[in-house]
Amino acid sequence: MSQPRASTPLPASGASATDLSCRLPGLALFLAAALWLLFGSVLALLASIKFHTPNFLADPAWLTYGRIRPAAGGAFLYGFGMQAGLAMTLWMMARLGRTALAWPGLVMAGAFFWNLGVAAGVGGILSGDSTGFPALEFPSYAAGLIFIGYVLMAASGVLAFRQRREREVYVSQWFLLTALFWFPWIYSTAQMLVVLGPARGVLQPLIAWWYSANLLTVWFGLVGLAGLFYFVPQAAGGELHSRYLAIFSFWTLTLFGSWAVAPALAPLPAWITVWSRVATVLLVLPLLTVMLNLHGTLRGRCSLLRQTVAQPFFQAAIPGFAVALALRILGVLFDAGGLLHLTWFAPAVAQCWLYLFFAMAMFGAAYTILPRLAGRDFPFPALVRAHFWLALLGGALIVAPWAAGGWLEAARESDPAIPFLAVVKSTLMFLRISTIGELLLALGHLVFLVNLGSLVARLCKGLAMTALAEATAETRPAEVRA
Amino acid sequence: MNYGPLIFLAAFFALAASWFQFVLAPMVQLGSLPQTNTLTGVTYPLARPGEAAQGLQVYRANGCAVCHSQQVGQRGTVFEVELTAAGTNRAAVAEVLGALQPGLGSGAAERLLDSLPRTWLRVKDKETAEGAQKRLTAAGAKAQVGIVPTGPDIARGWGKRRTVAEDFIYDDPVLPGDQRVGPDLANVGGRLPDVNWHYRHLYAPRAEVADSTMPPHRFLFERRKLGKAPSPEALRLPPAYAPEPGYEIVPRPEARALAAYLLSLRADAPLFAAPLTAPLPAPTNAASAAGASTK
Repeated sequence: MSQPRASTPLPASGASATDLSCRLPGLALFLAAALWLLFGSVLALLASIKFHTPNFLADPAWLTYGRIRPAAGGAFLYGFGMQAGLAMTLWMMARLGRTALAWPGLVMAGAFFWNLGVAAGVGGILSGDSTGFPALEFPSYAAGLIFIGYVLMAASGVLAFRQRREREVYVSQWFLLTALFWFPWIYSTAQMLVVLGPARGVLQPLIAWWYSANLLTVWFGLVGLAGLFYFVPQAAGGELHSRYLAIFSFWTLTLFGSWAVAPALAPLPAWITVWSRVATVLLVLPLLTVMLNLHGTLRGRCSLLRQTVAQPFFQAAIPGFAVALALRILGVLFDAGGLLHLTWFAPAVAQCWLYLFFAMAMFGAAYTILPRLAGRDFPFPALVRAHFWLALLGGALIVAPWAAGGWLEAARESDPAIPFLAVVKSTLMFLRISTIGELLLALGHLVFLVNLGSLVARLCKGLAMTALAEATAETRPAEVRA
Repeated sequence: MNYGPLIFLAAFFALAASWFQFVLAPMVQLGSLPQTNTLTGVTYPLARPGEAAQGLQVYRANGCAVCHSQQVGQRGTVFEVELTAAGTNRAAVAEVLGALQPGLGSGAAERLLDSLPRTWLRVKDKETAEGAQKRLTAAGAKAQVGIVPTGPDIARGWGKRRTVAEDFIYDDPVLPGDQRVGPDLANVGGRLPDVNWHYRHLYAPRAEVADSTMPPHRFLFERRKLGKAPSPEALRLPPAYAPEPGYEIVPRPEARALAAYLLSLRADAPLFAAPLTAPLPAPTNAASAAGASTK
């Protein structure tokens, strides 16, 4: 009965120790991330349906649009995005350092606090405790838990880096190490100056914008790119094209990403908004260098790809990255009146970045890492393909209508002869198309969760069988093979 | 090669630069932004009254800022020459008018002078406006230069000027919003001053705005059985939205606070940071202030 363990294709020595040390935290974090992902996408779907009929679920206060949309965002950002990103970070830190993950128990404790924090945060938003600032809506009691959880998990990642046996530091490692340090700084600043001891007047939204730019552009950008720079060369069977281009991308993304803060019309001194616009345009530098680097890595090797189930996700994440940054830059360049960022164009850019780039990279990472951690393949390979197409189509069916609708909205809004209600109504068709996208995403996330849940269930069953076999074997030593 | 320290320094520098730029420097500049004077000499802004301040919390809790911005944009300003009185030498003034506006016949100029005070000229640059004002004054007329902000938001009546940092000094939290799924609310109190309109609109948006896409906020209201007489604050709703006979809809404290907050939203005081001239009916006080603010 000890078949399951015998059939596990665990690689030799170093990797095996890494994977075994990451098994419990990695699976737990990704499983929790998948749960929050599904939960968030159901909330987003409900929010989207309200554009078909505003009366839909209007009576309970906790289901009003102004609560479930931020709650969906919080569940996605903190529940899925950062959690999956941290899981990948921890595994990669151990893997690239050829060491075991330091103190997996610490990570589990961190994951506990983190998920408690996300639950408190999402519950807080739904019950009316939101702080009101985009990407920073979680109330202070949730923020404390989140912070503790993050520090515990990040400590393990930093320790793994300190204990590395491979002295050569790979590109992805500094991306991840930087991200690990970035979040506590921005989160503590934002919490202290926006939530706990609020600064005066418009400083509050300014610091909240600063935080969300740092979180979305820098943290998610660094972690997503670390994934691409590791998994894409690996899948192509080669090396990353240029380390120096990667340094340049790293430097420009952190510098300009953290400066591209305030929207054009914000009631702030002009130098802040102008500086932000310039920095946004300069994001063209990381855009070009990352694309050059990945192009160089993949040149002549595309025929070698498509061998793993995860590969399509990485292949989608690359254009996702490029399109998101390009849209963002175009949005600033062609937004003469500053109205575009107040339309659906801005959420379209964010969705493209967070979903078609970051989430796609994380799905690819999950489908690559988790079979190694579990020592077995995902039970339903067909569901992985289904997940891919649902995620890609769903994401595109949200980003494209929002971007197009937002562009039209800005054009119509700048003509005061068109009544504002007519402007709003002209976006409805686009929003209703995006409901299909939200539905596809929710389905895709369900598929992901089912596949991941079955993987974990089979692993547990296998481990239990092995344990049982070992336990029973002791009583009948004669039957054990010689 | 060990890039570790170098990379760490680079990242530290990037984040520190961003922090100095967007947290520390704005704190120094705006962290103790004082009350200011309007162009007419009134202290601005004043803290919102207590119920309105509570209403801001209802606004925050229900995510109103997810759909509504409070930031009026402004694309530029135009300068107006406002003629308030023709003075004693009408012929000279009419001559100046004719010289400044070649197509204007003498008969038309006379008729124009009969319908004062009025805005006569609208130009993009201050110099032209001031030149015209000087010539008119020299001819004995009374004229002043006015500043009028322009832009689509202002043309929609969402505000008279752009929103500036001073408008938010006393609010906590400050929620200028990121999206306009619904209209801008920076001046909704001035635009829609009827509290009952807001009650009805919050309870059933389509009762007030046909085809509104706003979700109803019925949870801010209480449906209760009619007592001996209807409550004075019961909502007067159109039949399609009215409760069944024997019941009435009254605002809960949250709705009252939210409506008070919405009515308190008026960011239209003329400031030195965002000047505008009070419209013509009260031109005497504004004249000197407007002149000072164009500097």
